[in-house]
Amino acid sequence: MITALLLFWPALAALLVLLIKGQGAKKVAFIATLVEFAIALFATVNFIPDATTQFALDIPWVERAGIGFTIGMDGISLLMVLLTTFLIPLIVLSSFKHDYKDPHVFYALVLFMQTGLIGVFVAMDAFVFYFFWEVALIPIYFIAAIWGGARRIPVTFKFFVYTIFGSLFMLAAFVYLYFQTAGTGIAAHSSNVNAFYQLTLDSATQSWIFWFLFLAFAIKMPVFPFHTWQPDTYTESPTQATMLLAGIMLKMGIYGVLRWLLPVVPMGVSQWADLVLVLSIIGIVYASVIAIRQRDMKRLIAYSSIAHVGLIAAGIFTLNEQGLQGGVIQMLSHGINVVGLFFIIDIIFRRTNTREIASLGGITQTTPALSIIFLILLMGSVALPLTNGFIGEFLLLSGVFQYNHYFGAVAGLTIILGAVYMLRMFQGVMFGTKSEATEGFADLTFQEKAVLIPLVVMVFWIGLFPNTFLSISEPAVGQLLSIINR
Amino acid sequence: MISIILLSGFGIISLFAGFLKSKRILLPMALLFLVVVFGVNLFDWDQNQSYFSNMLTIDNFAVAFTGIMVLSTLLILPFTQHYITRNDENVGELYALILFSLVGAIMMVSYNNMLMLFIGIEILSIAMYVFAGSDKGSMRSAEAALKYFLMGSFFTGILLFGIVMIYGATGTFNIAEIAGSAEAMGTAGVNNIMFMLGVLMIIIGISFKVSAAPFHFWTPDVYEGTPTVWTAYMSTVVKTAGVAAFYKLMDSAFAASYGSWMPTLVAIIVLTLLIGNVGAVVQQSMKRMLAYSSISHAGYLLMTLLAFNEFSQSAILFYSFAYSTASIAAFGVLQLVARQRQSENYEAFNGLGKTNPLLAFAVSVSMLSLAGIPMTAGFFGKFFVFSALVEQPNMMWMIVVAVILAAVGVYYYFRVIITMYLHPVAEGHSPIKSTSFINIMLIIISVLTILLGIAPALLSDVL
Repeated sequence: MITALLLFWPALAALLVLLIKGQGAKKVAFIATLVEFAIALFATVNFIPDATTQFALDIPWVERAGIGFTIGMDGISLLMVLLTTFLIPLIVLSSFKHDYKDPHVFYALVLFMQTGLIGVFVAMDAFVFYFFWEVALIPIYFIAAIWGGARRIPVTFKFFVYTIFGSLFMLAAFVYLYFQTAGTGIAAHSSNVNAFYQLTLDSATQSWIFWFLFLAFAIKMPVFPFHTWQPDTYTESPTQATMLLAGIMLKMGIYGVLRWLLPVVPMGVSQWADLVLVLSIIGIVYASVIAIRQRDMKRLIAYSSIAHVGLIAAGIFTLNEQGLQGGVIQMLSHGINVVGLFFIIDIIFRRTNTREIASLGGITQTTPALSIIFLILLMGSVALPLTNGFIGEFLLLSGVFQYNHYFGAVAGLTIILGAVYMLRMFQGVMFGTKSEATEGFADLTFQEKAVLIPLVVMVFWIGLFPNTFLSISEPAVGQLLSIINR
Repeated sequence: MISIILLSGFGIISLFAGFLKSKRILLPMALLFLVVVFGVNLFDWDQNQSYFSNMLTIDNFAVAFTGIMVLSTLLILPFTQHYITRNDENVGELYALILFSLVGAIMMVSYNNMLMLFIGIEILSIAMYVFAGSDKGSMRSAEAALKYFLMGSFFTGILLFGIVMIYGATGTFNIAEIAGSAEAMGTAGVNNIMFMLGVLMIIIGISFKVSAAPFHFWTPDVYEGTPTVWTAYMSTVVKTAGVAAFYKLMDSAFAASYGSWMPTLVAIIVLTLLIGNVGAVVQQSMKRMLAYSSISHAGYLLMTLLAFNEFSQSAILFYSFAYSTASIAAFGVLQLVARQRQSENYEAFNGLGKTNPLLAFAVSVSMLSLAGIPMTAGFFGKFFVFSALVEQPNMMWMIVVAVILAAVGVYYYFRVIITMYLHPVAEGHSPIKSTSFINIMLIIISVLTILLGIAPALLSDVL
């Protein structure tokens, strides 16, 4: 029941928000998302850390075909739900300074998207998963296309068609897999996740199914060379949409790999893992190098996101425990850091009207709070020990290193290159002499602190006590591995 | 069966009601007739009665398809409101024709005999020729009617020729007996030239009627010239009847010779999907885009003909209805927009989201449904079609082709949504005038589309 509540509360709230005209909509949306977070916390408290799927709900959907509306949470799902419900109130709060036109539509779309995101993370049926996968896409498309920057229409259109293209392949693969399963009762087949896990397909079939599924997830993450939609979309979208995309939506792709790719076609994965790792590692280096050359801060973070996701992808395809656990924890860390960084860029942009590193500078002189918080989030992002990024990247790199020493060595460049572009940006923006744009730059307001301080707390919490989170996902990851190695 | 009799009677009543001074009564009357027919039709459920010395059988397949065709007609009729308000001459005939044409459509889904199939197709087609030319003042409409009529007669000839060939090979018009004799003849017998030629010609004849490539070439021109509301009828009810008839024929008469006609059909489907989707991309006119989209949906629908399993019938039923509701909303709004803006191009829709939120919402839902996005009926339509096909050996490549082309579809359907919401309203364009009746209809259609996208079992479990 809790899962259903988590899933449908935002959609309900979205309808409510639609009725509220004017800027009052944002307050209602904020309260609604806080309620959602409270529900998620309640679920966490009641969660028993073992490998079972808890708070499950199974209603027949298309009964004759064996498709059930099956939802529930295991450790991995729960962490992703926590991340989503934690970040969305902050994303809503971060938009309080913006006066978007038609605010009721804007916030209704954000809430509606939350339903889609939660649905993806709690779906235990392939078609429910696909359903919410697309449901999450439509609101974000409209948010980006209506409230975005000057080039928003072609850019978001590319994003939309590209991702739909990938997900249709996923649908085709699901339909095929579905027909290989054995059903129960009157249905000849079943689309339940466990029915998919029990499939024993020959390796040639697994091989092409792998590509069908991987294409959808790789486009969403995005993994090199399927990333071309990402920098433009992140840059052109309004900040809140960028936060949703980078903070949560790309995790859908990684989560999809964990839940629907690795355990379903393990032989296909082991056939192609080398290639995927090579692609991911190319992505890491390639995106980092491009990030170093960026002048626009938002674009820089967009490329850094490709690099970070590349490492996560490399880690989970190693199929060892460090890699998988590192992937899970790094999803949380990356979400927290990237949302914080995008918000700081938004703060700077609103005060100076520019995101060009070259035309900024000297901000530290007047802003102690912003400087410290920015630096902490930045350090989290470049994986300094004691911050959240360190835990994730360390586990991921040790996973990749176990898999192949050379891969590990090259992937390790991410830390060095990450420090280069991040510190270069920090230096250009925060240090040096004041420029025309940064003259009279005011420090953080209370509202801005209210967004950033929870993020900073999380940076240290995951950095210092990663076990709080690792222990939630550990049994689920263990079970995943036992299914893969069966 | 009663529905056929009732429809014929109602058609005659409408014809005479057309003589009245005020035509106001015609539309509500026609709607009432259709509601009655819809209700009466349901009484035939599980009856399995045969009529006319076993030439027609009203089985559940027929009842279900009759139901969705009558329902689609019900949803289309409100868009004929302008005929009434303008108090046009001779509109009585149009309402009578639509009722008569439904008789043909019902025969096409309940026939048991090739002759009935032929008669059904002709009853439906002749009404369509008249509808195509019903805008008497317009050259385009006249051109459409002439084109459609000439081509249509030609392909009817081919269909008839095919039926005769089959008769020559098997000695019967009854589809069950054809199947029996095809089985008795065995593989060698089935491969005899007369039988194969007959099947081929029938496939060509019906492909024309459902606008499958390469016999689709009339579609864009005829759709464009025909008054929009009748285009909606053509692309929904006629297509549903055509595909259902096609399926019934292949399933019950020619299943034994699957191997011999399957490659032909595969070629037709792939070509249809390709031409429909690629053709739609380059259009500037919304109406022509919808025409090409209608071709492409014929392709998806025909995919079910390659597999006769427990999903096929449900897949056709669901897909045709999903496609029909979405098309009706799209054509309906297009009609309103085109009349006021004097243009059927995409630009006419600029800023519709601002000026007419309801119309824009209805079109968006229908575009999402046509594109097959979840939460709309169109998604489950595609899903059931792919499901029907996936069990067939060596057909996975076809699904891949269909999937890639569906992504192309997303491109042109979304162009409409983008135009409505993201492009500014042109100077001096006032909101589109609509009536509350049409608005309510659009809301009903959108709700239906979303409802079937959330609870597909409502319709998919019927058959």
